[in-house]
Amino acid sequence: MDLDYSQFLSMSHEVSLVVVLIVLLLADLLIKDKKIFQYLAISAFALHTCAGFYSYTDLAGDAFAGMYVSGAAQSFVKNILNVGTLLVFFFSFEWNNKENKSGVGEFYFLTLSTLIGMYFMISAGDFLFFYIGLETASIPMAALVAMNKKGIEGAEAAAKYILTASFSSGVMLFGISLIYGVCGSLYFDEVQAAFTDITPLHIFALVCFIAGVGFKISLVPFHFWTADTYQGAPTGVTAYLSVISKGAAVFAFMCILYKAFVNEPDVWQGILWWLIVITITIGNLFALRQKNLKRFLAFSSISQAGYIMLGVYASSQTGMSSTIYYILIYMFTNLAAFGIISAIENKTGKVGMDDYNALYTTNPKLAFAMTLAMFSLGGIPPFAGFFSKFFIFASVAESKVFGDYVLVFLALLNTIISLYYYLLVVKAMFINKSDSPIETIKIDAMSRVALLVCVIAILVIGFISAIYMNIYDISFGFAN
Amino acid sequence: MEAFASISHIILALPFLMFIFLGLCGNKLFKSNPNVAGWIGTAGLSVVAIVSYYIAIQYFWFEGKGSDSYQQFVLFNYEWLKMTDNLVISIGFMLDPISAMMLVVISTVSLMVHIYSLGYMHGEEGFQRYYAVLSLFTFAMMGLVVATNIFQMYIFWELVGVSSFLLISFYFIKPSAVAAAKKAFIVTRFADMFFLVGILILSYYTNTFDFLKLTAVSDGHATLVNNTMCGMTFMGLSVTSIAMFLIFLGGAGKSAMFPFHIWLPDAMEGPTPASALIHAATMVVAGVFLVARMFPVYFFEAHDVLTIIGYIGAFTSLFAAIIACTQTDIKRVLAFSTISQIAYMFVALAVSGYASEHEECLGYTASMWHLFTHAMFKACLFLGAGCIIHAVHSNEMNAMGNLRKFMPIAHITFLVSCLAIAGILPFSGFFSKDEILVAAFEHDKVLYACQAFVAGLTAFYMFRLYFRIFWYSENPAHEHHTPHEAPMNMNIPLIVLSVFTCFTWLDKVFPFFPEKITADRVGYELETNWTIAIASILVAVVGIAIAWVLYKVKNDKPDMIAGKVKCLYISASHRFYIDEIYLFITRKIIFGGICVAIAWFDRHIIDGFMNLLAWISRELSYDIRDVQSGNVQQYAMGFLLGVLAIALFAIYY
Repeated sequence: MDLDYSQFLSMSHEVSLVVVLIVLLLADLLIKDKKIFQYLAISAFALHTCAGFYSYTDLAGDAFAGMYVSGAAQSFVKNILNVGTLLVFFFSFEWNNKENKSGVGEFYFLTLSTLIGMYFMISAGDFLFFYIGLETASIPMAALVAMNKKGIEGAEAAAKYILTASFSSGVMLFGISLIYGVCGSLYFDEVQAAFTDITPLHIFALVCFIAGVGFKISLVPFHFWTADTYQGAPTGVTAYLSVISKGAAVFAFMCILYKAFVNEPDVWQGILWWLIVITITIGNLFALRQKNLKRFLAFSSISQAGYIMLGVYASSQTGMSSTIYYILIYMFTNLAAFGIISAIENKTGKVGMDDYNALYTTNPKLAFAMTLAMFSLGGIPPFAGFFSKFFIFASVAESKVFGDYVLVFLALLNTIISLYYYLLVVKAMFINKSDSPIETIKIDAMSRVALLVCVIAILVIGFISAIYMNIYDISFGFAN
Repeated sequence: MEAFASISHIILALPFLMFIFLGLCGNKLFKSNPNVAGWIGTAGLSVVAIVSYYIAIQYFWFEGKGSDSYQQFVLFNYEWLKMTDNLVISIGFMLDPISAMMLVVISTVSLMVHIYSLGYMHGEEGFQRYYAVLSLFTFAMMGLVVATNIFQMYIFWELVGVSSFLLISFYFIKPSAVAAAKKAFIVTRFADMFFLVGILILSYYTNTFDFLKLTAVSDGHATLVNNTMCGMTFMGLSVTSIAMFLIFLGGAGKSAMFPFHIWLPDAMEGPTPASALIHAATMVVAGVFLVARMFPVYFFEAHDVLTIIGYIGAFTSLFAAIIACTQTDIKRVLAFSTISQIAYMFVALAVSGYASEHEECLGYTASMWHLFTHAMFKACLFLGAGCIIHAVHSNEMNAMGNLRKFMPIAHITFLVSCLAIAGILPFSGFFSKDEILVAAFEHDKVLYACQAFVAGLTAFYMFRLYFRIFWYSENPAHEHHTPHEAPMNMNIPLIVLSVFTCFTWLDKVFPFFPEKITADRVGYELETNWTIAIASILVAVVGIAIAWVLYKVKNDKPDMIAGKVKCLYISASHRFYIDEIYLFITRKIIFGGICVAIAWFDRHIIDGFMNLLAWISRELSYDIRDVQSGNVQQYAMGFLLGVLAIALFAIYY
């Protein structure tokens, strides 16, 4: 198919984001006042976010001879990522103002660069395109992680990230080249047709590919970088890594599995079964002992990634819709938690669990919001996290295979363990006594707005069934 | 009906928004002047009342009448949760004769209570909270009566329970109020559990929650239920009967039928206007409404249950009326009277037929009509009692007496309402009660005899109350201050409600709704059966006369009579020890016996399992901590080994 300019119309998300990027690049040179620049950056991106919602239904199409594919589901996920990124910007506003004066322009530019990489991952119709997207999303991320120039931790985190990321890229690229070798093509459609009559080579190619994506999603055993990087990175970047980057990778992974490897689901379902169980369990077991809240959330996000993968495992329309739904809710919930941690860290520099003792006495509203986030992460009704867990478990149990019930049971058992450590935070804030609780702090207006949005989302999303139904309608299982 | 569809949203949305607004910002915004919160609540409710009246009038006189019967309109219906293609929980708005009537009842009483509370609750701590919860209650009750499906009804059913709980425990620093709120909540929740099980059984077989589908009738059957559940039995009982009986139990809990009646008298701990709204006029009749809503199913598919309902109702009405004769707290007298009157409505439903032809469904009409008139005069009585309590600062009869000189408006309105509830011509209660007695007479003589006797008892205890408050002692013990008339914003609701009480009899001249509310929605002309009417007036007059003799002026006759039937009197004044029986069962048998074993199981087996889980997690977590070493080379190694292990697993699996 020849390329013509009309194909760019189906890439409206990407085009609009590139425009925002160019504007910001120029503005960074021209505008000296960093605060004004931040307002400009946020409003430009907000405009882009709104535009994304405006036209998301009629965007089906492809470009670059099928390397780029777009549809309602892809657009919806991009919109979710936009909203999440916007919230991250809101939460990072104060940090950029105070700690990151010299790197404000870079922060926005790099973040949005990774975002465009994620768009490409999501809309890939071809392994090569997917790989380019993945790298575009990974490399600027290392710079973002290193933005914390104060201590040695930032540098350490970035170094660990880039080293493991390049390692995993290598493995994945190897896997992709093997796929090309056995299938003779990199297009998902053609791989789908050729990926039959499984040989060990096929399987090894698939495993290498899964390992590469598993790194982005931080599935065990590809997760080792997560905790160190999360702890060392600026909190805003950590939030971005744990939510946006992860969400994009899960969705892209799901699309590829459903498209390219649809003919041999047993192979990858068998792998995923074990990966999920190990990921959830190991993530939980590590989270139990953490004293640093950022590290704690890192392990919690590893185990949450396992839960998200349950929907991918279910490989049906319900599976896909519950995955997207889970990403949506997980985004609001985790961002709320990170937002509070970041606000408190900016003001006081404290991130230890013990520092949060008796937070309720001095900052009741923050403690309340944090409690909601923890309840939602733990899946306690009636908060949003309960509904996302409910749907994702239901999607797996739907298949009525014994092994799937075992999987759901193990996931449920892990939910109990996870409740313990989520409630530890709540206990610290409400029950533990402290001689020197964190003083009453006044968080900036931007964070407050973002926090309010997250809290409302946690309280309300589960009750608006239209959201889930809408996601269900745009989702596809194996059929597409 | 399209025009209604949009404005009917107001009825649900406005009270809900007011609840959110007053609940979240009320305390902050109106700290200095809490009255504003009250005015906002009242203004919002006036709008709701106007819309409700508009819709009801349009429905009864213009839009509702189809070719041969009143239609059932679904004004809007939003799909909320989709379980399967058929089993859908929606939130909607159904307009039919009974829901249109309930709109009028709820909005009228609620508005009157809103206005009244401006005076009664003035200066109370938590004034804004009070109005917020009143809005929540109005929202919930409206949602309950207009429900398009039984699950929506159940949701709002629980919401009215919650708002009732919040209002009973309004004075939450009083331990008795907290205990009463807990009791009300637990007892009604206990009954609601049966309701839920009933709903689940019903929807399991019929595969729908929708009222329109469930109650559709053709060829003398509730078609859907008959098709899907006919002939199924469980332990020798028809499944339909079991389901419908369980659903009735839910209604019995809310409507305080024996043996679930114990929560209602205690619920009087709440502020009096809230009692008037919730525990006299609206929420407690939800059970009657529920049976009326499901009436075709009860009548055609579970007639045995309907018979049981009739006898439970008759027993409860007699039982509560006897207790009411002995109580000395005026709100408790009214509470028992409410129980007795609601039981009347159940009896009326039980003796009803279905078709409008030959006035067969007289009982249904009478029940709904009595619901309407009772709401008005009982609310008036409660609000009047509130004025009196406000004036003498006590609930006890002994602190009252001779109040007619001090409070003329309260006196007149109270008298009108007492005459109405006693069933004296020409007040509203006469007509509705008379129709119930006629229906009972034609259906079952035993029930008739019982209800006629209760009618006499009702007249007696209501006038006992009236004389004790307004006459009796010439030298009442008003040591501290002279009682005075309540402020205007408390008197106006009394006057309005008592006008309603006089007014509804005008339906003979001015067609209001009673004949239009029938089981098959066809409608007919009501005729008064004067033989029974005169008999029941005579019974009432006898009751009033006895009260006159005993309580008009202070004398020793009441004590003498009480002494003669000492046993009956004492057990009645202790409410026949039902509360004690409950306490015995819960404290001694359940807590003391069954729970000990369960607690042991919980502590040792369940907790033991959890502790084991926790111990394993902790140990494992300790053992694997070295894996996360911080060493990047090791991470890469782990990564690679992971890839190899998975590949081997996948290849050889």
